[in-house]
Amino acid sequence: MAWTFPVALFFFLIVALLVVFSLLAIRFPETPRRGALGIQTTRGDRLFITLVGSAFINMGWLYFFGAPLTGALVVSALYGLVVFRWV
Amino acid sequence: MSLKVQNNKAWFLVLPVLVLVMFSAVIPLMTVVNYAFNDTFGNNQFFWNGLGWFEEMVQSERLHAALGRQVLFTGIILLVEVPLGIFVALNMPKKGFWASLCLVLMSLPLLIPFNVVGTIWQIFCRVDIGLLGRAAAALGIDYNYTSDAFDAWVTLIIMDVWHWTSLVALLCYAGLQSIPQAYYHAARIDQSTRWNTFRYIELPKISGVLLIAILLRFIDSFMIYTEPFVVTGGGPGNATTFLSIDLVKMAIGQFDLGPAAAFSLMYFLVILLVSWVFYTVMVTRDAEQDR
Repeated sequence: MAWTFPVALFFFLIVALLVVFSLLAIRFPETPRRGALGIQTTRGDRLFITLVGSAFINMGWLYFFGAPLTGALVVSALYGLVVFRWV
Repeated sequence: MSLKVQNNKAWFLVLPVLVLVMFSAVIPLMTVVNYAFNDTFGNNQFFWNGLGWFEEMVQSERLHAALGRQVLFTGIILLVEVPLGIFVALNMPKKGFWASLCLVLMSLPLLIPFNVVGTIWQIFCRVDIGLLGRAAAALGIDYNYTSDAFDAWVTLIIMDVWHWTSLVALLCYAGLQSIPQAYYHAARIDQSTRWNTFRYIELPKISGVLLIAILLRFIDSFMIYTEPFVVTGGGPGNATTFLSIDLVKMAIGQFDLGPAAAFSLMYFLVILLVSWVFYTVMVTRDAEQDR
C-alpha cells in the first residue's frame, strides 16, 4: 500500500479539527442553540454538518462541472460560514 | 431543554473505544480513501489519479442504475414492512401462553443467518424442486425468479418481508405494551373509534421505537448484500444488482479497486447523511418530550 501525501493531509486536517474542537468544548463549554434547522446544535454538530454538507457539495460540483474542485471549495467555505453563523 | 452549561470532560472516557474504532474502522476507511485517489495494476504499485475515479463514478450510468434500484427496493421494503409490522403488533395477544408463543415464533426469522435465509428462499422458490415454485407452476402462474426480472423482485421483497417484518413488529409490540390501560379506558369512555385510538393514543406512544425500527430497516435494506447475492446473484441481467452487489462486482470481480473505492465512499456518505437525519429527529423528539 502506497500511502499518498494528499490523503494523509486530508486525514491530518480532520484529526486536527477534531482535536481543536474537543479542546474548545473543554475550555469554553457552551449551551446548545437552536438555529435555522430547528434543531439544537453545538459547535461539534455544526462542524459535522459542515463536513458532510461539503462532501455533498463537492460531489454535486463533480457531477455538474467536473474537476477541478476549486469552485466547490469556495462554495463549501461559504456554506461552512453560513452553518456556523445560523444553524 | 436545559440551559445549564455542560462539563464535557467526561467525553475523555470514550478514548479507549476511539482507539479500538481506529483499528477496526478508521484505518480501513483511510485505506479506501487512498485507493480512491490511486490507480494500481497490482504488484503494490500505485499511481496518483486525483479526482479521476470520482468523476467517472459520479457520471457512471451503471452506478445511477444501481442507485435507482436500491432506492426503489428500500422504498418498497419500508412501505411494506412498517405498516405490516404495526398491524401484526396490534393484533398480537397481549399476555399469556399465546403471547409467548407468538414472540418466539416471530423471533425465529431474525435468528437465521443471512446466507441461510438466502439459501432457504433460493430452494423454496425453485420451479423444479421448490415448494413455492412448484405450487405456483401447478396453479398455472408463470413464475421463475431466475429468468424474469419482476419475479426476482417479488421473491426478494417477500423474502425480506419474511425475514425482517418481525423486527418492526417486536419493537412496536414492546412500545404498545408500555401504554397504560388507563389510556384505553379513557378512549372507551370517549367512544373513540378503533382508528382514532390508534391515531391519537397508540401511534404517538410507539413513534419512538417505530423511528428506530425504520432507521434499522432503512440501513439494513440499503446495504443489503447477502440475500440477493445468494438468491439471484444480481440477476436476471442486472435487474436485482443493488448498490453493494454492484460494488463487490466492481471491486472483487473486475478488480477495479479505484472506482470501487470512490463508489463506496459516496455510498458511505449517503448512509451517513440519512442516519444522521434519523438520529437528529430522534434526539430532537426526545428533548421535546422531556421539556
